[in-house]
Amino acid sequence: MDAIFLQILNGLDKGGAYALIALGLTIIFGTLGVVNFAHGALFMLGAFCAVSIKALFSMNKVALDPTQMTAWGTPMEIRTPYIIDWFGDFGATLLDYSVPVSILIAIPVMLLLGVIMERGLIRHFYKRPHADQILVTFGLAIVLQELVKSQFGANPIPQPAPEAAQGMIDFGLAIGFDAGNVVYPAWRLIYFLFSLAIIGIVFAFLQFTTFGMVVRAGMADRETVGLLGIDIDRRFTIVFGMAAVVAGLAGAMYTPILSPDYHMGMDFLVLSFVVVVVGGMGSLGGAVAAGFLLGILQSFASMNEVKNIFPGIDQIIIYLIAVVILLVRPRGLMGRKGVMEG
Amino acid sequence: MPTRNDMLLLTGFVAVVLAAPFLFEPIGAGYPDLLQKFAIFGIFAIGFNILFGLTGYLSFGHAAFLGVGSYTAVWTFKLLSMNPLPAIVLATLFGGLFAALIGFISLRRTGIYFSILTLAFAQMSYNLAYSVLTPITNGETGLQLSQGDPRVLDIAFGRDYGAVLPSSDLFGLEMTGYPGFYFCGAMLIVCFYIALRIFRSPFGMMLRAVKSNQNRMNYTGLNTRPYALTAFIISGMYAGLAGGLLAVTDPLAGAERMQWTASGEVVLMTILGGSGTLLGPVIGAAVIKYFENIFSAFNKSMLGDIFSFLPESLQSGAVSVASLFVGEGWHLTLGAMFVLIVIFLPGGLMEGIRRIGALARRKKPGGGASASTPAE
Amino acid sequence: MSKFEFSRRGVLKSATALTAGLAAPTIFTSSAWAAGYTNEPKGGTVTFGFNVPQSGAYADEGADELRAYQLAVEHINGEGDGGMLGTFSSKALTGNGVNGKKVVFVTGDTQTKSDAARASAKRMIEKDGAIMITGGSSSGVAVAVQGLCQDAGVIFMAGLTHSNDTTGKDKRANGFRHFFNTEMTGAALAPVLKNNYGTDRTAYHLTADYTWGWSQEGSIQKYTEALGWKTASAVRTPLGAGDFSQYITPVLNSGADVLILNHYGRDMVNSLTQAVQFGLRDKMVNGKKFEVVVPLYSRLMAQGAGDAVKGIFGSTNWHWSLQDEASKAFVKSFGQKYGFPPSQAAHTTYCQAILYADAAQRAGTFRPSGVGKALEGFKFDGLGNGPTEYRAEDHQCFKDVLVVKGKENPTSKFDLLEVVEVTPRAQVEYPALLLGGELGPYNDGA
Repeated sequence: MDAIFLQILNGLDKGGAYALIALGLTIIFGTLGVVNFAHGALFMLGAFCAVSIKALFSMNKVALDPTQMTAWGTPMEIRTPYIIDWFGDFGATLLDYSVPVSILIAIPVMLLLGVIMERGLIRHFYKRPHADQILVTFGLAIVLQELVKSQFGANPIPQPAPEAAQGMIDFGLAIGFDAGNVVYPAWRLIYFLFSLAIIGIVFAFLQFTTFGMVVRAGMADRETVGLLGIDIDRRFTIVFGMAAVVAGLAGAMYTPILSPDYHMGMDFLVLSFVVVVVGGMGSLGGAVAAGFLLGILQSFASMNEVKNIFPGIDQIIIYLIAVVILLVRPRGLMGRKGVMEG
Repeated sequence: MPTRNDMLLLTGFVAVVLAAPFLFEPIGAGYPDLLQKFAIFGIFAIGFNILFGLTGYLSFGHAAFLGVGSYTAVWTFKLLSMNPLPAIVLATLFGGLFAALIGFISLRRTGIYFSILTLAFAQMSYNLAYSVLTPITNGETGLQLSQGDPRVLDIAFGRDYGAVLPSSDLFGLEMTGYPGFYFCGAMLIVCFYIALRIFRSPFGMMLRAVKSNQNRMNYTGLNTRPYALTAFIISGMYAGLAGGLLAVTDPLAGAERMQWTASGEVVLMTILGGSGTLLGPVIGAAVIKYFENIFSAFNKSMLGDIFSFLPESLQSGAVSVASLFVGEGWHLTLGAMFVLIVIFLPGGLMEGIRRIGALARRKKPGGGASASTPAE
Repeated sequence: MSKFEFSRRGVLKSATALTAGLAAPTIFTSSAWAAGYTNEPKGGTVTFGFNVPQSGAYADEGADELRAYQLAVEHINGEGDGGMLGTFSSKALTGNGVNGKKVVFVTGDTQTKSDAARASAKRMIEKDGAIMITGGSSSGVAVAVQGLCQDAGVIFMAGLTHSNDTTGKDKRANGFRHFFNTEMTGAALAPVLKNNYGTDRTAYHLTADYTWGWSQEGSIQKYTEALGWKTASAVRTPLGAGDFSQYITPVLNSGADVLILNHYGRDMVNSLTQAVQFGLRDKMVNGKKFEVVVPLYSRLMAQGAGDAVKGIFGSTNWHWSLQDEASKAFVKSFGQKYGFPPSQAAHTTYCQAILYADAAQRAGTFRPSGVGKALEGFKFDGLGNGPTEYRAEDHQCFKDVLVVKGKENPTSKFDLLEVVEVTPRAQVEYPALLLGGELGPYNDGA
């Protein structure tokens, strides 16, 4: 029983990441009608915001200590980050919490990036066929990821979580299992709760504000909204920016779980598209639900008991589900009938 | 029916392929491995173009057929014979069979759903080849020849390679180096010719009709699915052939060539060259492979040599800016070029060439409108 | 639906093209192949090909390998402080290149993938005229490139490859390996594990899913089961997977009390830190403390994993804290040039470059069969591992193996491992037939 519970927990943090990316994808597709293959790159850029902040905080000054020698005969270098030098303990705390702090920086940066992307490139492709949109955003994703690679190198850059969150939480004890059987790293749980919070904010925004109402209307029927005299184009930019921020935040907070490297965008992109399709293109609730569902399914498929029955199932289960859903119920789990069918 | 222009095109193409080692030597692309890659990926791209260029279905799964072709070819080498002919025949066959299976399922949907389905299948195949089917594919390490291979047909015909690990040979002519390139080049010419015939045939016209408006085709009572499936299978066979040739020139089949990003590469090649044209995919394949091998080998010292005519201060700036785009950064150049082409030149390099040609023709006095070949 | 017509003209045209194409090659026997052997160096320089991973899971090791290679080339050409050339037992190299030719090099990126590695090795051989290929940090890549070098007729001096197969069932005459293999690791580690953890243990293996992982899992399983340990499960993980949580959670409830991580490079850094995050090192199972073993260690990995490596056992080919003259000379040379001590990847690749140059010098030629014969059965010392022999039957170096442990109190960010035992060579040697495979004849190319 505790093994099952543990596997559910295991799927939640990954599921959270999928859900957030899929949410952004669905918003862009539902509102703008654009298939955005660059969304994974936005996730990656958010992660690299966190990397940049940490690098900024870690800039250090080097002092040579002549009393200590290295094994090859040169004086030992003592490195002190500037931030600790100037701000003492507060600086050390800042450095430790660099990942959460990066959220504050990621929001404006990703918003700006999203707006530039939309204004500069995407808006010219609203009328073009989906294939062209896929191609241009794919090319854009390659350009973005190569820029990051040339700047930060090709290797993953580990980002540790804050000291306080590096331990694990013994869930089992709270629920009644034996101690030590259902433990889960604290940061992954924090990420899960964070993703729920972001999803909640987005839904609240769409439900309770006028802007959100216009966006929902645009998702239902763009033409009519235009006919009613509402300038939906300007809102598109903000919507794209919002989706970019969501993806960026997902990426920034995910860095302690998976060290960011320039390629992570593409890896997450495939899975996110699968999630969107399973959930139903154009359905926000479907995207979120499918994200968590697929994360948990993948986690269950990694259990040794399951792998003994179907060897290798954990590698292909997500794609298998996607194929089955696409064939049997093409509008996805929660998609509306008639949207992008056939 | 192929027109006279097409025959000229074919003859010119054959001439270029035959003279390739000489033609490409000055730009540093004359060594056999790169030329083989030009030919092999040219075949791959031509096949993809038959699907995407004619019917408009964007498939991200063709790398799976390439992989299947490669594995089939290596297994043929191990079990039957080192002769490349059975290998590529079986590779093409299995590529086609696999494509039939995947195409049958994927073509039940169109548009973006079709693309995602092919993407899902490609990743599934890759994961299966990498971790699950390792007895057949040898996973990450890649499938290689070994001393103890049965090679039944070879033994039957009395060819014993002894203790040496053989490379593929066509009745004694080894398939490495330039002979390998000419074998691939011959295959390329045959494939180009077949593509040419498809383009000019009623079948090709039907495919283009599917691209222009599938609904209308359905309303007029035509079932478009068999046409699309046939095009998919043909492109799968091309991909299988390309995979088999990859193994003929280099008997190792690795799992990475089945990843969806490898499919993305062939998409890039086709779009870059010009989808829906005959020469476009081959040109696109050559350009991308050239960038991959030659551009990526540029390093700072070579750049310094190139920019040596500039004064010192400008030189280091030029080198650092240029080094972003060459060496490891060649992907960046590729991506940027691709984005620019999709935005400004949707017809790819072929459209660019045609436009330049049209400009040049307009400059000639009394030039007038020359008959441009349709859908080229 | 009409079929395509194969007009006779079309078929005739293609057939002519085909035969013309196949007849053409006789014109093109280029100089690289008409010579005595592949890429026979003419002129005053000889080109070495350094094929290392510059991206992917093993990129850190690859960067270190490249640094070591550049240092070796400097020393062979007589620049710098000579490094281990001063302590090397063979004095054939005199600091003015090899056989009178200056050494230059070209580099390639294997991306830790077999396909890319072969392509870049091919480019270096066919386009840049490299006389030998060396480097690499993944056994899958090593086996693939070794096969290519055998076909092409150049020598392959393996870099960091630990799988049995490289000089076992996939051995080739043109390939030579200095680094130790998983069989030696198993033989060296088993007694230490027995002394520290007892004989009543249950092991759970997490294995990188390619030839090296399989090889190490097999070797460790063989030796631990001979001690009396049980193996609960052996799970394969894809190479380069960043997030191992889905593989670690089943360990918690499997009844195992030792986790054996058959991972290297980035994989090990991630799997170990995540195993620690899941609280594995604080668990008590079956009344015993849960332990983690990392059979193949490297200082770079320890640096990446930080505190997580404290008290964990493993084996390495070499460590910079060794106090013999040769190791100290190498550390000084490398440290002064780059500012940090060399890793075992750097050490083995430096040795391979020196060994090749020395063998070519002694043989008086660069012909693969000549260099190979000079290396077969070569006994040497003064390269940091004590007395070493390049065995003729399988082209594998035999030397002492170091068993290391993560330090509880590291003194600096480089000083994370301590050598707990130096297992003598006699204890880890095995008959060549044990690992199968056949060398075959040398291939000189051309």
